[in-house]
Amino acid sequence: MKKCICIALALVLALAPALSFTAFASGTGPTNYTYTYNEWGVPVPSPDAYRVTAFIMGADLYLEGESVGHFFRPQDLAVYSNYVFVADTGNSRIVVIRANEDGTHEAVDVAYHAYYPDGTPTTFNRPYGVFVSSWPATRGEIWIADTYNQRILHVDRSWNILNEVLKPTDLTLLEEEMEFLPQKIVVDFSGRIFAQVMRVNRGLMEFSFDGEFVGYMGAPPVVVNIVEQFWRLVSTRAQRDRRILFVPVEYNNVHIDREGFLLVTTSSEEVDPVRRLNILGEDVMIRNGWWYPVGDLWFGDAAHIRGPSTFVAVTSLPNNSFVVFDSTRGRLFSYCSQGHLLYAWGGPGFREGFFQTPVALDSMGYTLFALDAATMAITRFDLTEYGELINLGLHYYHRGMYDESAAAWQEVLRLNGNFGMAYIGIARAYLRLGYYRQAMRYFRIQRDALNYGRAFSFYRREWVERNFWIFALAVGVLIVVPPVVKKAIAIRKELKEA
Amino acid sequence: MSRAEYFRSLRYCLYTMRRPLTGFWDLIHEKKGTMAAAHTLIGVAIIVQIMSLVLTNFQFNWINMETFSAWIVLAQVLIPVILWVVANWCLTTLFDGKGKMSHIYMGLAYAHAPMILINALLIPVSHMITFEEGAFYWTFATVGTLWFVLLVLCAMKEIHDYSFGKTIITSLLTIFAIGVMLFIFMMFFAVVSDGVVYFYSLYQEVAYR
Repeated sequence: MKKCICIALALVLALAPALSFTAFASGTGPTNYTYTYNEWGVPVPSPDAYRVTAFIMGADLYLEGESVGHFFRPQDLAVYSNYVFVADTGNSRIVVIRANEDGTHEAVDVAYHAYYPDGTPTTFNRPYGVFVSSWPATRGEIWIADTYNQRILHVDRSWNILNEVLKPTDLTLLEEEMEFLPQKIVVDFSGRIFAQVMRVNRGLMEFSFDGEFVGYMGAPPVVVNIVEQFWRLVSTRAQRDRRILFVPVEYNNVHIDREGFLLVTTSSEEVDPVRRLNILGEDVMIRNGWWYPVGDLWFGDAAHIRGPSTFVAVTSLPNNSFVVFDSTRGRLFSYCSQGHLLYAWGGPGFREGFFQTPVALDSMGYTLFALDAATMAITRFDLTEYGELINLGLHYYHRGMYDESAAAWQEVLRLNGNFGMAYIGIARAYLRLGYYRQAMRYFRIQRDALNYGRAFSFYRREWVERNFWIFALAVGVLIVVPPVVKKAIAIRKELKEA
Repeated sequence: MSRAEYFRSLRYCLYTMRRPLTGFWDLIHEKKGTMAAAHTLIGVAIIVQIMSLVLTNFQFNWINMETFSAWIVLAQVLIPVILWVVANWCLTTLFDGKGKMSHIYMGLAYAHAPMILINALLIPVSHMITFEEGAFYWTFATVGTLWFVLLVLCAMKEIHDYSFGKTIITSLLTIFAIGVMLFIFMMFFAVVSDGVVYFYSLYQEVAYR
């Protein structure tokens, strides 16, 4: 059976390019390259939740009638209002793109310099990261990880430098000979800067609003297995020194969500590839799905693409679901705030909706902008009707408006009967309304034992109350019957003896 | 064998459950057990196992019905029994055990009784309790298994007329012997299938000339 599914899936995947080509050509219709994992961890095809609506290359962007020219190995993008800021790393510039209402995109600014308060310009040197604040206090201000100038620049919209963060001088916290190469940065509502710095494995570097180095936060835990611990125990000091060092892994990207939590990704296989850190650096991600958010559960090694998904970017959506970008296979995985996989799509390739070297991802509302360093272009994804319904369902669901969410889930099921969360959503609505039998049925479809048990205990209580006479009768029988039988036997014995 | 004798020997499994030491001694030496009853018990054990996999509430059951096969369950019950009987007999004949192969089979079959009863009882119970009350379910399932293990040990002790320590040692050795047998089987099938492939390709080579 598994083999059958495998073959079916292979067929679907093989046919996907052909189908999706026609779909892209017509601009509508399903593309069949979206899928999800069911409750047994088996991939099942799903309708498209996102569809490519624009493929933005630098050369197609015009500023005052002149093309801004191709991006060169761009590394990051940041969304602010309806603007997209691109860290065009190879060209050492920041390109600002405006997404117009009619779906077109145009360049509105190209910056090669920032300006000190006295007016002297300073050029960027391969900036790997850019962040634009949407917080009320610092709205519209820009932070640039000016990587090979070894600094973080805090500038306003006219590129006037407000602050410059250089390598911290506190040597107890950072080795002297190490270069300070900030790559990805985010800033929280109070202006604290969190930077992911190249070759720093103690977590994110945290700076205060005025650029003071505060410390490291959220280092991923070191994983040492038992066998390794045993060898450490029995080996001499010299041997220990020669063994590989067990150091924490590096983060490779960071994103700040609307509530101020940091979403971080790491490419290590040993720790959770995507984590949600609170202000103390603790992982507070909710992982209630059947599987942890790790991307693909099934993977082969076709065409030298092997191993598990490698997350390189993450972004959060208004309903607190998040999307991660997998560089192994160029796929996007969308998880809801509870950690259920909603849909996965994309793949390796040179066509629209496929990726070569994913590097960055950001969201404008529910619209996604995905940056590919190799094709040097931004792919814009917009929700389809199906995707909108799912996000509507989630929106109501996480606000506890189960009746409204159930209506959305019914619509989702009409489009895709394989969407597991919809069954749970409907069951929850039934449970709340007191239709325990129906709730049990829907929970059972998704094998949600915990919630099934909850519905069942209500159902059982109701059943017992309704059929109390059975119990009363049983107890009555147990009290009455034994003495009667005893008596009867005694009488029979007496009769026999007589 | 009369019908009454068959039913008496079948009902005897309730006695071996409660009084394993005297029960299993009498099973062989007083001829209280019959092979027919033993076959019945193994058959019932298989049926109960299949039923419990199919009918147990999903809260306590992680069987994907898409991949479920009753034949595999049959093999899962039958193969360990056969392996145990053969391995145990081979070993105990060397360690002056008194039991014959049929005796070992009979003892093992009768030892299944409590597991059959408890597993059969747990099927309706699984529909009456919630996942959070699962401790109740798992306790009973564990008791059933432990009871079974204890009965197997008692059966082997009485059948071979061993001391308790010797029973434990031979039982552990039996498990080891089962592992060796499985290994040899695997080797054998690998070699045979390789051989078949070899001769088949040889045949093909000739046939295509």
